[in-house]
Amino acid sequence: MEPILEVTDLTMDFGGLRALDEIGLEVFDGEIVALIGPNGAGKTTFFNCITGIYTPTRGEMLIAPPGKKKEKINGLKPNIVTEKGLARTFQNIRLFPNMTVLENVMIGRHCRSGSGVAGAVFRNRATVNEEREVVSKSYKILEKIGLASFVNEFAKNLPYGAQRRLEIARAMATEPFLLLLDEPAAGMNPQETAELDELIKSIRDEEKISILLIEHDMKLVMSISDRIFVMDYGRKIAQGTPAEIKSNPVVIKAYLGEETDA
Amino acid sequence: MFNIKEIAKSFLVSLWFMFLTFPIMVIRVNTIYKTIEWRWKNLIMIGAGSFLLSFVWRYFIKRKESGVKQAESGKEQKVPLFRRILEERKLFIPATVLTGLFALVFPFIFSSYQINIMTTALMYVILGLGLNIVVGLAGLLDLGYVAFYAVGAYSYALINYHFSLGFWTVLPVGAIMGALFGILLGFPVLRLRGDYLAIVTLGFGEMIRLILENWNEFSFGPSGIAHIPRPGLFGIAMSLENSIIYLYFLMIAITLFTIFVVNRLQDSRIGRAWIALREDEIACQAMGIDKTKTKLTAFALGATWAGMVGVIFAAKTTFVNPASFTFLESAMILSIVVLGGMGSIVGVMIAALILILLPEYLRAFSEYRMILFGAIMVIMMVFRPQGIVANVRRTYEYHGTPSKNAK
Repeated sequence: MEPILEVTDLTMDFGGLRALDEIGLEVFDGEIVALIGPNGAGKTTFFNCITGIYTPTRGEMLIAPPGKKKEKINGLKPNIVTEKGLARTFQNIRLFPNMTVLENVMIGRHCRSGSGVAGAVFRNRATVNEEREVVSKSYKILEKIGLASFVNEFAKNLPYGAQRRLEIARAMATEPFLLLLDEPAAGMNPQETAELDELIKSIRDEEKISILLIEHDMKLVMSISDRIFVMDYGRKIAQGTPAEIKSNPVVIKAYLGEETDA
Repeated sequence: MFNIKEIAKSFLVSLWFMFLTFPIMVIRVNTIYKTIEWRWKNLIMIGAGSFLLSFVWRYFIKRKESGVKQAESGKEQKVPLFRRILEERKLFIPATVLTGLFALVFPFIFSSYQINIMTTALMYVILGLGLNIVVGLAGLLDLGYVAFYAVGAYSYALINYHFSLGFWTVLPVGAIMGALFGILLGFPVLRLRGDYLAIVTLGFGEMIRLILENWNEFSFGPSGIAHIPRPGLFGIAMSLENSIIYLYFLMIAITLFTIFVVNRLQDSRIGRAWIALREDEIACQAMGIDKTKTKLTAFALGATWAGMVGVIFAAKTTFVNPASFTFLESAMILSIVVLGGMGSIVGVMIAALILILLPEYLRAFSEYRMILFGAIMVIMMVFRPQGIVANVRRTYEYHGTPSKNAK
């Protein structure tokens, strides 16, 4: 089977600092893959490279959306990458605070709709229909995520956990084939994390969206991931199934430090 | 409220003000007799005045804070009158009808001087609405907006001078020229944000003015271009008075057109993209919005209105020169947007009318105009930073599956 995301030898230098050092990673259709590692390991930099916010120094990033041809996404602008079907959330929540919850999701539909200035002014049949479709699709996503009761609330007024879920909803509205979640459970309580676990699984199973996530909550990572990649100091130090990672001495060393037995 | 601490605070404030204003309000050098007058009476007045005003100031601050607290504790709040007029149908329709009627009969009741002022105010309404797209919706701080106004005005003046084309032909040309210059400014500043963007746009505004002032062969320099024809009506000859009334109704029509278009743009896919761009540029791009395209449309569609009003300005005054397009003009339009409430159409209209009409009717206080202006700005920023009418986001109808939603 062909991977839907294939990254080889990805390297990113910031001046003299090598933030990513020849990272290789692949995600297959229908998988939930986790990317873990201590703070500062370069996980978010990796996301920023894939989504076009940074241009990597070296390496290749290939996507193969289900049913479409393989293509390279190096050097594409972030909005083009999103159009091609990679959508992301942010570690530090980046919603549009002064827009309503529904509008936040509607922004996600922007690249899947096309009415322009003339359509906006004359409000012809096509524009009206498109607008109606954008609203109802956005609303359906909010229902699925469990935010339907907040539709007309400003995003900034939502509780923290709901803001995190709204980010996921907004990303889903762009109709991705691969969803990149940057620490979706950060700051959530165990109850919320358990709900998130369910939600991520249902996104994969019902919406047929594969998922690549960065996460520090090991319980969540071990329970939902099919495979795990471990990074430290910009390098990939391990990869494998949750069971393999749990017992991998290199990973334990990276997380807990070296044992000082004499 | 009248405890020792408060009184001491006010006392200190008044001392400070007396010290600050001492050199200008107390000492006066008489150059003829070479003496110094000491006007101690002024000092006492300032002391007493600031003492009292500091109480008033603190009272209002307190009231505002308690209002915020009330909102946080979720108590029922009184909906302000403005908001109710806008939201409740049974208030909105009569208010609109009354405003419309007033606008209709206005030129037949008042003198042509008043009509002229009102026409100017309406021009600023459109300028405010145009800048509102760039600053209020897309969040791009543009300090050189007057440049597009100048482009429109000179488009009409020059095209009329060289090719003797009339007002109605040049009106759309002016609008298109405005849009083109908007894109011209937009390209180099695509990567800039905030302060840096403000500085570059400020420079752009000055550049246009300086070019017009110094390129004599092209724009006739500081002496400007005169004898620009007023707008015509199928070639009917009109007296000056009638043409003023005609221009007034023309402005009303164009203002309505502007409101219609801007309102629709704001509630469209593009309007949402502008607002998202203002809220968070990186998230906006990551959600699939083309930053370049969105910014350029904002600059172009904002500048269009300035170009159009520029043509009207040239036709109204029948004379243009670069002195009409200084930075002060940009600052004025920006104040209208900020005072009215970023992104709010009604707010911008009210602010434009206040800021243009008040100085005209308060000619007696014209010496204090700038002080008053500054004071209004400071007071607004402290007590109502969201502007006269805060922008409300639209709510949508949605057709979900009710079974899941029902609780």
